[in-house]
Amino acid sequence: MFKKFSPNKLLALNNKYIRVLIFLMILIFLLGLVFALFISPPDYIQGDSVRIMYVHVPSSFIALGSFAVIGLASILNLIFKIKIAPLIAKSIAPIGFIFSITSIVSGSLWGKPTWGIWWVWDARLTSMLVLVFFYLAYIISWKYIKDLEKANRVSSIIGILGLLNLPLIKYSVDWWSTLHQPSSINFTSSSTIHYTMLIPLAIMFLGMVIYSFIIFLMRYKTDLMIIKIRKRNN
Amino acid sequence: MLGKKAKSRMAFFVLILATSIVITVFVFKSLRENVVYFFSPTEIYNKPSIALNKKIRIGGLVKINSLIKEQNSVSFIITDLKNEIIVTYKGITPNLFSEGKGVIAEGELKDKKYFVAKKILAKHDENYMPPEVYKALEKAN
Repeated sequence: MFKKFSPNKLLALNNKYIRVLIFLMILIFLLGLVFALFISPPDYIQGDSVRIMYVHVPSSFIALGSFAVIGLASILNLIFKIKIAPLIAKSIAPIGFIFSITSIVSGSLWGKPTWGIWWVWDARLTSMLVLVFFYLAYIISWKYIKDLEKANRVSSIIGILGLLNLPLIKYSVDWWSTLHQPSSINFTSSSTIHYTMLIPLAIMFLGMVIYSFIIFLMRYKTDLMIIKIRKRNN
Repeated sequence: MLGKKAKSRMAFFVLILATSIVITVFVFKSLRENVVYFFSPTEIYNKPSIALNKKIRIGGLVKINSLIKEQNSVSFIITDLKNEIIVTYKGITPNLFSEGKGVIAEGELKDKKYFVAKKILAKHDENYMPPEVYKALEKAN
């Protein structure tokens, strides 16, 4: 079954790619941090605490984007029986999970000095916490359901259900009154972040995307081996 | 292109998806009062009945020239530019709390126009810019 997408070929390529990517990532993070911490200006109301944005916003994007991939992969898996899809999703899950936690923790650290509170149960914060639990459920279903076929099915259902939560997170700030401010970056309109702050944000985002991709490649490699071993032991 | 089985799975999936979206919309519509984090002064004004002396949150802008600071209490007016509510509060306000900026107050309504806050939160908007740009914008206006 795995011959179709020749994991061996991918595994051989992996190490060379990963080394180049790690080098690239370090360079981009160095540049991004210099911009984020020194070159970019403080905000006109928030002062220096706006710099938390350069971690918070990319983390949230990656947390949402990763689950979108997991959800789509789950659909491809359940409906079209594309065997590689759930494997990719399985390797992405821990990355999205960590970034969803990072988003919440950095948001909390940002909320205290700006809003005056660590946490509130408004629609944005609550739906983001729900995403964390979807990630957890997805990861746990792979880990603790012994029968691989069943784990595959259960995790995909969780992935599809979690997909419905994504528009709720994205549009919660427009549909309901929340403490969290509306989105500064939208698909349809120009950003309401000044370009001096948008530059470090974009660089940090790129760095985190490359980081995620590196972890994905490593994780994917390990997951292929784990699945092979579990199949043999069954 | 698609096999028969894949087609029937797809039809089933679309049906389930459509149903669950409709259910979600209805659930959130009926829960609206619980999902919103705060009410605007106009929403309070338009409510047919309001629960007095019960925990509630109201939000809007701090009206300019309405903020009165005393030793350890403040009073100000929350406005949504249509209706206003007078708020009193004892305690420390967040750093970003100031006139003309967003605010959310948690506490109890004494009547439709008077609110005693137990907690004050500062709400900021989606605009981020350096102080010089803000000054330049203010000058231009």
